[in-house]
Amino acid sequence: MTNKKWVPYLLLAPGALWLAIFFLTPMFNLGATSLYDPSGSLETGYVMNGHVGNYVDALSEYWPQFLRSFIFAAIATVLALVIAYPLAYAIALKSGKWKNILLVLVIAPFFTSFLLRTLAWTAILGDNSSFVHFLQNIHILPEGGRILATPFAVVMGLTYNFLPFMTLPLFTSLEKVDPRLIEAAGDLYSKPFTGFRRVVLPLSMPGVVAGTLLTFIPASGDYINAQLLGGIKNTTMIGNVIDRAFLERGAYPTAAALSFVLMAAIVILVATYVKRAGTEELV
Amino acid sequence: MDQIGGDLRLVSLRKEFGDFVAVDDIDILIPKGSFFALLGPSGCGKTTTLRMVAGLELPTAGQILIGDHDIAPLKPYNRPVNTVFQSYALFPHLDIYENVAFGLRRRGIKDVSAQVDAMLSLVELDAFARRKPSQLSGGQQQRVALARALINRPEVLLLDEPLGALDLKLRRQMQLELKRIQTEVGITFVHVTHDQEEAMTMADTIAVMNQGKVEQLGSPMDLYENPRTTFVANFLGQSNLLTGEVVERGDFVGVKVWGNQIKIPASRVATSNSKVWVGVRPEKIYISAESNHAHDHLGNQLVGTVLERSYIGVSTQFIVEIPGFLDDEKIIVFEQNVDASEVMAGDRVRISWDPAHTFALDAKQDAYAGDVLAETE
Repeated sequence: MTNKKWVPYLLLAPGALWLAIFFLTPMFNLGATSLYDPSGSLETGYVMNGHVGNYVDALSEYWPQFLRSFIFAAIATVLALVIAYPLAYAIALKSGKWKNILLVLVIAPFFTSFLLRTLAWTAILGDNSSFVHFLQNIHILPEGGRILATPFAVVMGLTYNFLPFMTLPLFTSLEKVDPRLIEAAGDLYSKPFTGFRRVVLPLSMPGVVAGTLLTFIPASGDYINAQLLGGIKNTTMIGNVIDRAFLERGAYPTAAALSFVLMAAIVILVATYVKRAGTEELV
Repeated sequence: MDQIGGDLRLVSLRKEFGDFVAVDDIDILIPKGSFFALLGPSGCGKTTTLRMVAGLELPTAGQILIGDHDIAPLKPYNRPVNTVFQSYALFPHLDIYENVAFGLRRRGIKDVSAQVDAMLSLVELDAFARRKPSQLSGGQQQRVALARALINRPEVLLLDEPLGALDLKLRRQMQLELKRIQTEVGITFVHVTHDQEEAMTMADTIAVMNQGKVEQLGSPMDLYENPRTTFVANFLGQSNLLTGEVVERGDFVGVKVWGNQIKIPASRVATSNSKVWVGVRPEKIYISAESNHAHDHLGNQLVGTVLERSYIGVSTQFIVEIPGFLDDEKIIVFEQNVDASEVMAGDRVRISWDPAHTFALDAKQDAYAGDVLAETE
């Protein structure tokens, strides 16, 4: 008998190596950058002096964009949940032979690039689009009112782009619900809605938690929707701030500090949420 | 809903799925407080019938009466009927206590603890109240399903193949348990099963169903001793069915079976047709050496040769060939193993049975209907 203790380590090695090179190293790098002296630049080089002030500056200057990001992401997550739940329920429990086709349709947007689809929305929501004219004609939108470049457009774009990430986990957990449980609830004096609330909804909670996380986390850090569908005022998200700090202003220490604050904030929010949702099955 | 009560009556109940008639105008009366079984092979319409009573399928036509009240138009949650589902359908996110309390809570009953405790002790699961269904064995889950339904004190309790998922030994034990609980609570039980032994052990009355119709309805003994169709004769136990022709009628009907005269009491002849199947159960027949005339007094007798003899433990089975009979009309005989049998394979034998154990069925019916072994071949 040869000792095979090393086999698990061998199997783990490629993944561990990948994480070390493509996750840990950049993270360490980013962490170091966030503590550089901010007076340096790409041309002149940076001095490492443990400048914690980068974090203070990042928070004090950009807290409104942080707050806005989380509010936009939260609204988009709730909207996506409201839209995706009935959709996933219908596909999982009511669609019969159409199930696979409907699932393909949910995934279909991924066949086109995220960027292109968001650009398409600029045309749909543009000031001269028939959609905007229609809203103006029925007086939902005032004469000369806009949709593009408003918070509404950004939240809508976020909701649209992350909808499949909400739908798929919901579908997976709803599909596992045995239809006989719904019959049993009816047999035990539950009207259809009560049966849903007492049986189907609790059983689909793992899907709700997974879907909201998969929507909220990327939506919080997103900058494409705000950039393409947003305007100058009231639509800038923290992702746009980081993007500009890195690529336009070359303010690397600030950008790195902002990235770390964003990560920390998301981890805290998500941890609190998962704890409150109390889904031991999730872990 | 509390005022609904009484016998359960299905009146011309019919269910069609597209062109397929699953339940074909059945009429059944199930007395209040009885243990009733719907017995039949899969696809015979028994589960559809049950689901219509539960309200999970809508009848195409007909009435479902409890007392004088037609419950067919009522939604499942408004019926005084509860179901023990096949494979139980326990709520996996709730513990045993909450599973059992579910029906009471939905009816707005605040203090459920006394009733839940009493029900858990009736099914002997007191110690498991805070476990989840997945932590219980099959037999325990079955008892939770029963408690969850019974706690609501329904007028009718429906059981859909409740023991199907259990192993043989546990099934036997649960049969007795179910019977005990039914006697204790006095609620009408309607039990759907394809297992004839299960139906006979528990039910007061059995309806044997086949192709959407009730073949015969009666007590287990009635059905077994005096089947009225070939389907019942084969589906419940085993029967020898022999080609016969009625030659004289009276209190006893005389039938010629390939030249041999057989007597049958007139009450046990289920047809006016003169071409009949003469039936006799294998265990009603005595087998002895041809020279042994000890059973001559019984009345019906044939002489033949033992083709096969197999020792089963509790009994010995003989396959006897009678000269002049068709190839597939060999007679099967079961002999209880009290003493070692005197008869060996190849022996000439005399087989005898009482006319009171003979029955006659319409020869137009398929001799193999309901014969599980013949149909799977």
